Amino acid sequence: MNTNQLMTLAVNKNGFIFDPENGVSYTVNETGLFILQKMQDGLQNGEIISALCSEFDVEKDQARSDYEHFLAMLKALSLVED
Amino acid sequence: MKKIYTAPYIERNSAGNLNKYAHTTVVRHQDNIDTVPIKTLVEAHGSPLFVFSERNIRRTYRRLQDTIRIHYPLAEITWSYKTNYLGAICNIFHQEGAAAEVVSGMEYDMARRKGIPGERIYFNGPSKRPADLERAISEGAFIHIDHLEELYLIEKLADELSLKPKVALRLNMDTGISPLWTRFGFNYENGEAYRAVQRLISGGKLHLVGLHTHIGTFILDPNAYFWAATKLLAFAQTIKDNFGIIMEYIDLGGGFASSNTLIDQYTPGELASPSFEQYAEAIGNAFNASYYVKEHHPRLILETGRVLVDEAGYLISSVIGKKNLPTGERAVILDAGVNINITAWWYKQRLMPTKPFPGSYQNTVFYGPLCMNIDVIRSAMPFPDLYYGDTVLISPVGAYNVTQWMQFIEYRPNVCLISETGNIELIREREDITDITNREFIPEHLRQI
Repeated sequence: MNTNQLMTLAVNKNGFIFDPENGVSYTVNETGLFILQKMQDGLQNGEIISALCSEFDVEKDQARSDYEHFLAMLKALSLVED
Repeated sequence: MKKIYTAPYIERNSAGNLNKYAHTTVVRHQDNIDTVPIKTLVEAHGSPLFVFSERNIRRTYRRLQDTIRIHYPLAEITWSYKTNYLGAICNIFHQEGAAAEVVSGMEYDMARRKGIPGERIYFNGPSKRPADLERAISEGAFIHIDHLEELYLIEKLADELSLKPKVALRLNMDTGISPLWTRFGFNYENGEAYRAVQRLISGGKLHLVGLHTHIGTFILDPNAYFWAATKLLAFAQTIKDNFGIIMEYIDLGGGFASSNTLIDQYTPGELASPSFEQYAEAIGNAFNASYYVKEHHPRLILETGRVLVDEAGYLISSVIGKKNLPTGERAVILDAGVNINITAWWYKQRLMPTKPFPGSYQNTVFYGPLCMNIDVIRSAMPFPDLYYGDTVLISPVGAYNVTQWMQFIEYRPNVCLISETGNIELIREREDITDITNREFIPEHLRQI
């Protein structure tokens, strides 16, 4: 997975995301922000899912499903590529 | 202690599309119907589950009848069977005083079985079989003639039965709306209707007592009814002038819009659909301006089913799966599809969660359980994240679903009614395999496999 675009994003602690290359901004919720920060830290998928389960009250299967869906959203927004 | 979890979500910020209606982006939840918790309903009768509100039906019927009668006191709202012919639902309308409006021999049988006498039945529709007509003539029903073959057939049966049936003529006409419904009855503008009257009267076998029109469905322009009423009353005057026959009633058919929103409609139904007052005023203006009405006081008949029952009907459905679509949208698979909620093809129905959810919303597509690509209950709409077993409430679904539902892939579910006193009454039982196979026959040579 190519996360180069993701690495250039300016991520605010309140969930406001700014892309300095094209001026587009995004809003993420608390869980989305958590995942984005972990991705920018270079964590792999399995590690991010484990981190989600440690931080939030969620079962692993549900976290994995939601994480995959979040990746689909990031792909749809061209923030990550296969 | 761990933090409360909500599904991760990201949304691209935009200034928003121009929208003078200022939609709220908050998805509200509804956890009860007429104060009965959704949870209780599902525990009692399972999911999916149709639920009807008796209170809503009675109040809507009375409100429409009262509103029309303010403008024209001789108005009568009949119950259109095809909209919803569950026995309990029909009987609520009949208890309120509604006559039956039926469009086939099957519906005629239904009305008679409920104890509605023939003279309280208005028999519409383009396909009345000889046996149906024979019964309707014998029992004194009002028969609305759709085409000449039907007229000839009724005359023949009248001869055989030595009776003079009460009939009305169905007319189609231009009322300024599109599409123009020309398939029912005889055309007004090109003189076909007048020629039909000439033929009917020259036959001398039928008693012409009314004029009928059904101008369309989900009519968003109340003025269409003004023109329909004006033209029918003018035609009634012509019949009186030329043949000396007075119409007992003018029937404006159905077609009032409910608060549903058509699939291609931009403005939400709650704002776009005319009020009862607007329809009543349009019709009242035509009637009260008519010299014919002042002289002969014809009854005004309406057969507008959808607006009476659509909002009284709910469908509770449960989540049986979720998917991530390549578009980044969420897909939810529900246990109720277009097999039982066919009006999802026509309307952007309201879908509501049945409990409050924390967190943000994401675009969610709602699919039904059928193995068919067309089984879409609702295209993408913002919705909180749902999980297996969560329920959603779909409405309005009271009109045309429990009549047009299909025996396809899934069994048709329980239907219940919440009575005015809050009781949960089962009014139609979930089907089982016998409902599917009972009328099948397997030839001898195909029995061994």
